[in-house]
Amino acid sequence: MLPIVLLSIFGIALLFLGFLKSKTILLPATLLFLLIALGASFLEWNKSYLYFGDMLLVSNLAIVFTAIVLVSAFMVVALSGDFLEDEMAQPAEYYALLLFSIVGAIMMIGYENLIMLFVGVEILSVSMYVLTGSDKRNLRSNEAALKYFLMGAFATGIMLFGMALLYGAVGSFTLMDIKGYVLLSHGQPSLLLYVGLLMVLIGMLFKVSAAPFHFWTPDVYEGAPTLFTAFMSTVVKTAGFAALLQLLSVAFSAIYGFWWAVLAAITALTLLAGNLTAAYQNSFKRMMAYSSISHAGYLLIGLAALGQQSRQALVFYSLAYSLATISAFGILLLVAKQKTNDGRPDESYAAFNGLARQNPLLAFILAVSMLSLAGIPLTAGFWGKFMVFSAAIDKGMVWILVLAVLMSAVGIYYYFRVVIAMYFRDGASERIHVAPFYRFVLITATVLTIVLGFIPGLFQGLV
Amino acid sequence: MLTLILLLFPALAAALILAVRGQQSKQIALIAALVELGLAGYVFFTFVPDANAQFGFNYPWLAPAGSKVGGIRFSAAIDGISLLLVVLTGLLAPLIVLSTFRHTYTRPASFYALILFMEAALMGVFTAQDGFLFYFFFEAALIPVYFLAAQWGGENRIPVTFKFFLYTIFGSLFMLVALVYLYYQTQTGNVLAPHSSAIADFYKLSLSPTAQTWIFWAFFIAFAIKMPVFPFHTWQPDTYVESPTPATMLLAGIMLKMGVYGVIRLLLPIVPGGVELWGTTAIVLAVIGIVYGAIIAIRQRDIKRLIAYSSFSHVGLMAAGVFSLTTAGVQGALIQMLAHGINVVGMFFVADIITSRTNTRLIDQMGGITRYTPKLTVYFMILLLGSVALPLTNGFVGEFLLLEGVFEYNNVLGAVAGLTIILGAVYMLRLFQKTMFGKVTDVTEGFHDVSGSESWVFIPLCFMVFWIGMVPNSFLKLTGPAVDNLLQFVK
Repeated sequence: MLPIVLLSIFGIALLFLGFLKSKTILLPATLLFLLIALGASFLEWNKSYLYFGDMLLVSNLAIVFTAIVLVSAFMVVALSGDFLEDEMAQPAEYYALLLFSIVGAIMMIGYENLIMLFVGVEILSVSMYVLTGSDKRNLRSNEAALKYFLMGAFATGIMLFGMALLYGAVGSFTLMDIKGYVLLSHGQPSLLLYVGLLMVLIGMLFKVSAAPFHFWTPDVYEGAPTLFTAFMSTVVKTAGFAALLQLLSVAFSAIYGFWWAVLAAITALTLLAGNLTAAYQNSFKRMMAYSSISHAGYLLIGLAALGQQSRQALVFYSLAYSLATISAFGILLLVAKQKTNDGRPDESYAAFNGLARQNPLLAFILAVSMLSLAGIPLTAGFWGKFMVFSAAIDKGMVWILVLAVLMSAVGIYYYFRVVIAMYFRDGASERIHVAPFYRFVLITATVLTIVLGFIPGLFQGLV
Repeated sequence: MLTLILLLFPALAAALILAVRGQQSKQIALIAALVELGLAGYVFFTFVPDANAQFGFNYPWLAPAGSKVGGIRFSAAIDGISLLLVVLTGLLAPLIVLSTFRHTYTRPASFYALILFMEAALMGVFTAQDGFLFYFFFEAALIPVYFLAAQWGGENRIPVTFKFFLYTIFGSLFMLVALVYLYYQTQTGNVLAPHSSAIADFYKLSLSPTAQTWIFWAFFIAFAIKMPVFPFHTWQPDTYVESPTPATMLLAGIMLKMGVYGVIRLLLPIVPGGVELWGTTAIVLAVIGIVYGAIIAIRQRDIKRLIAYSSFSHVGLMAAGVFSLTTAGVQGALIQMLAHGINVVGMFFVADIITSRTNTRLIDQMGGITRYTPKLTVYFMILLLGSVALPLTNGFVGEFLLLEGVFEYNNVLGAVAGLTIILGAVYMLRLFQKTMFGKVTDVTEGFHDVSGSESWVFIPLCFMVFWIGMVPNSFLKLTGPAVDNLLQFVK
């Protein structure tokens, strides 16, 4: 609750800071704001509150998800030093939009009322539409923004329609009322409820880019400035899954038998679409887009196998995934800047050739992040997959597990292509200068990934 | 506690090498590997020959802090089945490091650090007492050797080693599913940690025949790819050929034993019903591999490829012996793992010496080396006799016991598997004859005999060939009780 208020104020404050002649204060100010918000969110630890007439819930689970979002945002912002060098950029607006979008994300995490979910999704999405198109001189960025906006607006519309139908069935927007209605209907709720649930699910699955609602993802991720791609693939995804978890575990756990099958089918489709297409990509950035689809698939397993394990699995997986993704994009930003292809940064695999020779540290960071995304032991990603798989086994979903395992093998293929390029191929690579703070953030993410790989129980008590 | 030191010491030494860098990497690696050998030797001589696991440690990992059982635990120990493999790893690592002293590799710090990381992971595989810890090390061992092979290997190294990497990791993912399934079958009665992943707890499960079948295949594919057993061997010859010799030695000498060890440690005792149903299939595949590998080895012209196929053939016999579920078969497999590790590392070193001095791997172009090399001839002959299982050498003990085991299981299969002795003699003696005897050719003219560090690799290996061959009981008595215990349990 406190972070929502604080971040809104901070966002406005940032806009005013933008009037200053010197832009150098913006970055440290944003980082400070995020840290304050992070600290403030933990003030409500162990105190469950409902706010605004049962609109918003603050629970430990919500705080943990909020913390993951804020930490991811902190890291992304920390990697944004380039803005200040670019004359066309408007850093104050970007940072303010980022803070506003985090407000939306926190609402999605802790909503108790569907209206709040809708408001959160909209705040988050509208900020993202703008940020996607923020590279104004780049046609791809414009195209991506338009695509994202049109399709996103449709998805939100469908979701809103679904909420209306749910209201029609239940007569209330709050999750507790929906839960009560479902329980009292003795397994025969109104048809409106089923249709409404499906439509809300479609809207949310669009936001987390699950197949078959994923077609926007590669183009948007590729077209958007890399930094915002990193933000989208971590913050938006974490918030989206937290929202889905809240929706399904609180309101609809009683009709698990109904939505289980739907989610399982979508999971299978997402795993297949994400992994198989990623294997064919030649651009690292586009591969990361498909990889984010495939990780949505693994996270969906945790949801489809809703049970005691799911919460912990989803939290851990989101954290592991966010850490690895941010460091991967952080390295991509550095590497792509060095080499250009038709005047644009080179984001293909070939850009990474021979990186390990001159920049062993950067290569190591990216290698660890790829290992983590591939789910190889010694990294956090392994335990994320492990927990998700455990949840599935606990529910007896063996076939989905076998599919997930096969797809992990495909994943290892495409993640290791970049490792091979960095370590085993020859290429003209120059020593890349990395700002100390930038390096510090990347190293922190890498160390956390490895530490969580060895001590997965580190944050166990929190959820 | 000693096991913990065995696990951590090589990893710390590797970190030290990375921190120091520079040209002393070789020496530091050698000293570290020798210290580790000393530790392994201490374990070997103080091991109490009974069925208990010794020198162990046990900490909660993904389990409630302070708990004694349940959850996923960081626990490892050495019992009769682990012992010989720990000794093998400890013995081979310094020899592998020593065998590189004549070469200069680019970026030596990373090179030697990777070898030591590999050693740490291998020690982990052979001592883990927890299913997930086993899996953890099983995968972790793959990464250093992959980097070794792909970074310092031959011309075609990138696609070849990538195939190897994907293939083996693909197999072990199935093992992960099986382990997770088993984990959820266990009941500890403890509310905080309702399941346990201790391997000993997996043994206690009574699974349905369907589950046994599924888990049998999940484990079998993982281990069969690693060994490799026919028809999962296609990654092996190319990888052995393209890898730099130290990586090949690690792969053939130690890493393929992970597969055999996994079968003994996990597959047999966890799914005895599955073995009963599908064991024959496994043995038939293994026996096909024995004969197939040997026949291909006879036709090879490339010296490294020949040894690769011979190794494939030998490991088939180990697999067959293990699945025969007889004392002789399992005992034989354990001692043969030790013996084969010694022989194959020696053979690859001979191959490395010959190819690096003649600049060719084709045996047709060689000949008459023996004229210049009295010492190499003797070492080569001793290792070769070990490989072809001449009595009084290490190979004889292992292969004899293995064949006895397979015979006991089925006469016909035993007879077919017995061909390995004949065929093995054919390809090995052909190799010896083509390279060492005959006319001196252009490439072998003025061949330098082995000297210095090279001799110090061969001397311990040859000593081990005879020690195991003449006094096999000093090893068999250590493994005996554990094997009896295991087989009693399986039946």
